[in-house]
Amino acid sequence: MTAEKKHFNIMNHKLVPLHLIISEKEREELLKKYNIEPNTLPKILDTDPVSIYIGAKPGQILKIIRESHTAKEAVSYRLVVESNK
Amino acid sequence: MERAKSVTKKIGKIEFSLLSPNEIRKMSATKVITADTYDDDGFPIAMGLMDPRLGVIEPGLRCKTCGQRVGKDKCPGHFGHIDLAMPVIHVGLIKTIRNCLRSTCRECGHLLLTDKQREEYFKELKRYKQEGRNTTYLLKQVIKDCVKAEKCTRCDREVGKIELDKPTSLRENGKKLTPSEVREWLEKIPDEALPLLDINKKSARPEWMILTVLPVPSVAVRPSVTLQSGERSEDDLTHKLVDVIRINQRLQENRDAGAPQLIVEDLWELLQYHITTYLDNQTSGIPPARHRSGRPLKTLAQRLKGKEGRFRSNLSGKRVNFSARTVISPDPNLSINELGVPIRIAEELTVPVRVTSHNIDWCKQMIKQKYLGPADHDEYIPGVNYVIRETDGMRRRIKVTEKNAEDVAEKLEIGSSIERQLMNGDLALFNRQPSLHRMSMMAHRVKVVPDKTFRFNLCVCPPYNADFDGDEMNLHLIQGEEAKAEAEILMKVQENILSPRFGGAIIGGIHDHISGCFLLTRKDRKIPLDDASHILAAINYNGKNFKTITENGKKYISGKDVFSALLPKSLNLEYKAKACFNCDTCQAPNCPHNAYVIVKNGVLKQGIIDENGIGAFKGKILDRIIRDHGMDAGREFIDNATKLAIAAITLFGFTTGIDDEDIPDEAKKQIAEGISKALKKISGLVKAYEAGELESLPGRSLEETLEMEIMKVTGKTRDMAGEIAGSHLGMDNSAVMMAKSGARGSMLNLSQMSGCVGQQAVRGERISRGYQYRTLPHFKRGDLGASAKGFVASCYKSGLSPTEYFFHSMGGREGLVDTAVRTSRSGYMQRRLINALEDVKVENDGTVRHAGGQIIQFIYGEDGIDPARSVGGNAVDIDRIIADVKEGV
Repeated sequence: MTAEKKHFNIMNHKLVPLHLIISEKEREELLKKYNIEPNTLPKILDTDPVSIYIGAKPGQILKIIRESHTAKEAVSYRLVVESNK
Repeated sequence: MERAKSVTKKIGKIEFSLLSPNEIRKMSATKVITADTYDDDGFPIAMGLMDPRLGVIEPGLRCKTCGQRVGKDKCPGHFGHIDLAMPVIHVGLIKTIRNCLRSTCRECGHLLLTDKQREEYFKELKRYKQEGRNTTYLLKQVIKDCVKAEKCTRCDREVGKIELDKPTSLRENGKKLTPSEVREWLEKIPDEALPLLDINKKSARPEWMILTVLPVPSVAVRPSVTLQSGERSEDDLTHKLVDVIRINQRLQENRDAGAPQLIVEDLWELLQYHITTYLDNQTSGIPPARHRSGRPLKTLAQRLKGKEGRFRSNLSGKRVNFSARTVISPDPNLSINELGVPIRIAEELTVPVRVTSHNIDWCKQMIKQKYLGPADHDEYIPGVNYVIRETDGMRRRIKVTEKNAEDVAEKLEIGSSIERQLMNGDLALFNRQPSLHRMSMMAHRVKVVPDKTFRFNLCVCPPYNADFDGDEMNLHLIQGEEAKAEAEILMKVQENILSPRFGGAIIGGIHDHISGCFLLTRKDRKIPLDDASHILAAINYNGKNFKTITENGKKYISGKDVFSALLPKSLNLEYKAKACFNCDTCQAPNCPHNAYVIVKNGVLKQGIIDENGIGAFKGKILDRIIRDHGMDAGREFIDNATKLAIAAITLFGFTTGIDDEDIPDEAKKQIAEGISKALKKISGLVKAYEAGELESLPGRSLEETLEMEIMKVTGKTRDMAGEIAGSHLGMDNSAVMMAKSGARGSMLNLSQMSGCVGQQAVRGERISRGYQYRTLPHFKRGDLGASAKGFVASCYKSGLSPTEYFFHSMGGREGLVDTAVRTSRSGYMQRRLINALEDVKVENDGTVRHAGGQIIQFIYGEDGIDPARSVGGNAVDIDRIIADVKEGV
C-alpha cells in the first residue's frame, strides 16, 4: 500500500506525533550518547501505519517528537523491526 | 553522566521436555505395587507407597537406596514408579495430543501437507529460528493447513474429524479413541515431522504424552504426619496414589481374567479419572476428588498454582527475622519520626555490633549492665542477647544470661560480635499493610516504652492509612551499616513528608490540631497571660516576650502572637484560609470573615490558621517552611504546631454533641416550607409529563428529561435546607467550626443532620426497583413522585420515616458493595501493574530502563523532574519567584 492510495493522511491526525527517519550521523551520535546497541531502543513494527507511510525499513531508527504534559516537547527514538507477519 | 554498567545475565533458553517411559523406569528406585503404606507394626511395606527405598523422612533411619540419613548427609528422596495396566492420557498435554492427531494421518503418521507445503514450512521455520523470531504464529498456521486436508497425500486415507471431549477423551468422526489407539497413532508420527508440530525431536516423542508408567514422587514430597493419638495421617498425594494403584490392580486382574469388555472399559475410565485428578484436581468437566471430610484434595497442580502455591507463596514470598508486630496506639507526645516500642519487643530484637579496639569497653559494659545493681523497673536498660565468637572459621553463639554475663564480658575478644538489644535512637522500619505506596514503610527512631503497643504521632496516620481500632503494624530492625545509611537518607519520616504524587505535604496537622489552631487564631482571641504561658510551655518556648494587652488590669496575649511563636522569622506569606466564603467580590486584605491570612516576618498579622495553614495536603505555611527551611525544619514545625494546638484546645475545651445540630423552630418551618414547595414542583413536573406537556431536553428522552429535572429539584432542595440550617448554626457551633476549618466533617454532613437528607440514589438514578411498577407497596403503581422514588425529606436528627429509612438503606448498601468491589478489583489491577514495572528504574544517565537495559523513557517523566521535589508538578514556582523579586524591589 502506498501513500497515494490512502485517502486519509494519518500523519495529520492530532494523536500521531511527528516521526522522522534519522540520518546515519545522527544515529551514531544517539548510540554513542546513551552508550547502547540499537536493540536497546524501544521498537516500532515495519508494518506500523506510520512506518509504512514514511517508508521506514527494518534497522532504521525513527525520531519521534511528541507533545508532552510535563515537558512541552519530548523526543524519543524507536528502532524499526520486522513484524512476525 | 554515563550509565553504570550492571552485570546482568540473560537466560539463553529454557527447554521443556517429556519423560520417556524408559527414563521413568530408569530413575525409579522401586516398582510400587501395593496400595498399602504401613503394616500392622508400623513398618513401611516393601514395594508400597512408603517403601524405604523411596527415601526417608524420619531422622535416624537410613535410606535403602543411597544409605544416607535425613539429617546431615541428607537423602534427597528417590522416585518410584507404577506400571499402568493400560495407557492413560496426560491431562496437561491433551491440547498438544489433539493438535498432533489433527495434523497427521492415522494410517501412515505423516503430516497432512503436500510436499510443496511441507518444504516451504520447513524453510520458513529455519529462517524464523535463524532470526530468533517467535514461531508460535507459524506453527499455528501449520495445524490450520493440516486440518483443511481431506485426504492423506501419501496413503490416500480419508482424514477424520478429531474432536476433543473435555477433559480427556478424543473422538474421530464421533467414534471414541481409546488411549491405546491414540498412542499407536502417535507412535507412527515420524521424527522428521516433529519440528512442525512444535515438538523438539531431541527431547520428546509424541507417544510419551500418553502415560504407560507413572512416576511416584519420593516420600519427602508427600510426608505422612503422626498425630498425637499415634494415628498416621497421609498426604493428599499419597491418598491419590493409593487410588491409582488400587484401580490399576483391579484393571489388571479383570483384564487378565478375561472380564467382559464393558467392565474393563469402566475400570480404564476410572483409572483415567484418578490419574487426571492426581495431576490436577481442578480440571474443568470432572468432579474434584475429595477427602473423606469432603475437602477437595490438593494434588500436583494445586501445589504450584495460585497465591498459596509454591511459586507465589514459597519462592517469591520470603519471611524475615528481626521483625515485630503488635497493635498500634497514638501518642501525641512523640515526634513524628519517633516510634514507641514496647520493652518486651525491645528485649527480643537485636542489632549486631562488631567488637573492635575502639568499642570493646563499651561492649563489655553492654553485656554486664543489665545485671548490675538492683533492677529499676521504670528504666529500660538495653543488654546483649548473644555473643558470637569466631575462631578459625568456627562460629559459636553464646547466650548471655544473668549467671554468665560477668564471665562472658571478661572473655570478650576483638573480632567477635555481640547482638545488642534495641536502644533508644536506633533506626527501624515501620510498616502497615497493605503497602500501597512508598510511605507505607518509613524509618522511625526507636523510643523504648512500657506496655505492649507500638506508639506513634497521629500526624503519620494518613501515610500509613492507620487508625487505632485494633490495627497492627510491623517493625523491621536494620541490621547493617549500609542499610542504616540508606534508611537514614531515604526512608526517614521527614524525608517522606512531601509526596511523590503531587509534590505537596502528606503529613501535617489533622483533626484536633486544626481545631486547636483555629480556636487559637480566630477573631481577636486574647489569652490570659498565665494561660498563654501554659500553651507556650508545650513547645518549650524561650524566645522573646510577647506584647501584652492590658484590659481591666489583667494581662493578655493575642492568640495570633502565640501561634507566631512557631513561625520562622523570615516567613512572609499571604493566602486564603479554608474558612474563605468565596464571596462574589473578594475584599482580599480586608476579609470580613478573617479568612485572608497574612504573615509578615514570621508574625501572623491577620487571618485564621486552619486546614489550609497546617493541614496535610493543603497546608500553605507547612509547605513553605519545608520548601525554605528543609525537611528537618518541617518535622519540627509539625511537632510544635501539633503540640501547641493540642495544648490550646485542651485549655479552651472543645466538644460536639447532638445539640450542635439543633436549629430553631422558625428555621425548621422554613425548611419544611421549602420542601413542600419542592414536592409541589415535582408533582407539577410529573403531571406535565403525564399530560405530555413536558418538553424534552436535547438528546434526551421524555423520561430522562423528567428524571433529570426532578433530580435537579431534589438537589436544590437539599442545598436549600443546608443553607437555612447552616445560617442558623453560627460560627460558635463546634460542629460548624470543625467543618469550616477542615478538621473533620463537611457542611453537607451537617445539613443532612439538621436540614434534609436528600435524594437517595442507586446506580446514579432515583430508586426505581422493587415491586412491579413501584418501589414499595406503600405507593401506587407508577407513582413517579418524590417520596415514592427515594427522596428523604427528613433530617437524621428528626429521624426518617419507615419508607425513607428503607430507601436510605438501599443507597447505603450500594455504597458498601461498591467499596468492597472496588478495593479487590483495583488491588488486582495494581498487582499486575507493579509486576510489569517492578524492575524499571531511573539510571544515572537520566534514562528510564528495565533490568534488561531496554530503554522505556529517554528522560524520566519526559522532563527529568522528581515530582516529590516539584511544586504541584512544576519544576519552578514562577508565581513565588515573581513575588519574591517584587518584594526585593
